[in-house]
Amino acid sequence: MSKAQTLTTPAVSPRLLATAAGFTGLMLLLAYLVAFDQGALSQSGMYLHELMHDGRHLLGVPCH
Amino acid sequence: MPLNTTPDYSQILLRGLLAGLTAGLLAGGFAFFLGEPHVEAAIAIEEAAAGGAEKPLVERSVQSGVGLFLATSLYGAALGGILATAYTVLRRRLHTGSDTHAALGLAGAALLGLVLVPFLKYPPNPPAVGDPATIRERTIAYLASVVLGLVAIWAAVLAARTQTHQWRRATAGTAGFLIVVTIAYTLLPTFNEVPADFPATLLWNFRISSLGTQAVLWTALGLTFAGLLSRLATRTGHPTETAAEITTTP
Ligand SMILES: [Zn+2]
Repeated sequence: MSKAQTLTTPAVSPRLLATAAGFTGLMLLLAYLVAFDQGALSQSGMYLHELMHDGRHLLGVPCH
Repeated sequence: MPLNTTPDYSQILLRGLLAGLTAGLLAGGFAFFLGEPHVEAAIAIEEAAAGGAEKPLVERSVQSGVGLFLATSLYGAALGGILATAYTVLRRRLHTGSDTHAALGLAGAALLGLVLVPFLKYPPNPPAVGDPATIRERTIAYLASVVLGLVAIWAAVLAARTQTHQWRRATAGTAGFLIVVTIAYTLLPTFNEVPADFPATLLWNFRISSLGTQAVLWTALGLTFAGLLSRLATRTGHPTETAAEITTTP
């Protein structure tokens, strides 16, 4: 264990926080697309919604 | 000689996304083999009740195959990106010299707060269970339970940190968590929508397979992310002692 290496992370600057917040928003949008979207975001009608239907159920999200 | 470079956000993020994609595919595999049979059984009941199948927009075989894996891997990647972001922002406040402990701790907290807390209040339903008229309320209530699960984790950490002795920390943390969860469960609305004639065993089996899918997702995500970080550390890391000094500053 003495040879274990540890990362340090970048200093939490306002700039990093802004980037992190922006990216988190993007990822939440992606999760929303899978879990809740009914065509409003994907603009694919109900196609993506139906395509990912079983995943939604098995990921524990209310579906219908 | 360790290089004294700090990895930047994008390096950590890339590993989170990759770990999430991997975990999502594994969770998809679990769901495919252990969850789909229950989904199919529930759909058969739904169709029998409706008096025949209507032609779906997407073939059932696609929904239960490619569609399932697409859903779990995209969801996994999104959660992996969020985990990596949380790791980057919170790493220095996690009071541990070990990156593996930090990564697994965050993933474990997510499994508890984002999965278990919502699951026990709003256990997921297979097709044929749930009133379409209340989907909006149920979705909002589910999201509220996810947020409150995170609040409960936060409360646990704050409570634990008021104590110094180990078992007192554990007790305070547990108490903080349970108090928030109890209040949340009491305040959140309850839905009673399982049809009286829906097979109880099928409902139970479906719910356990859904919990299993999410447990596989977060476990694999935490372990893969920790593994990728440790490989990154051997390239760019510092000896543990140095990093421990840096990371214990409040
Ligand atoms: Zn459904």
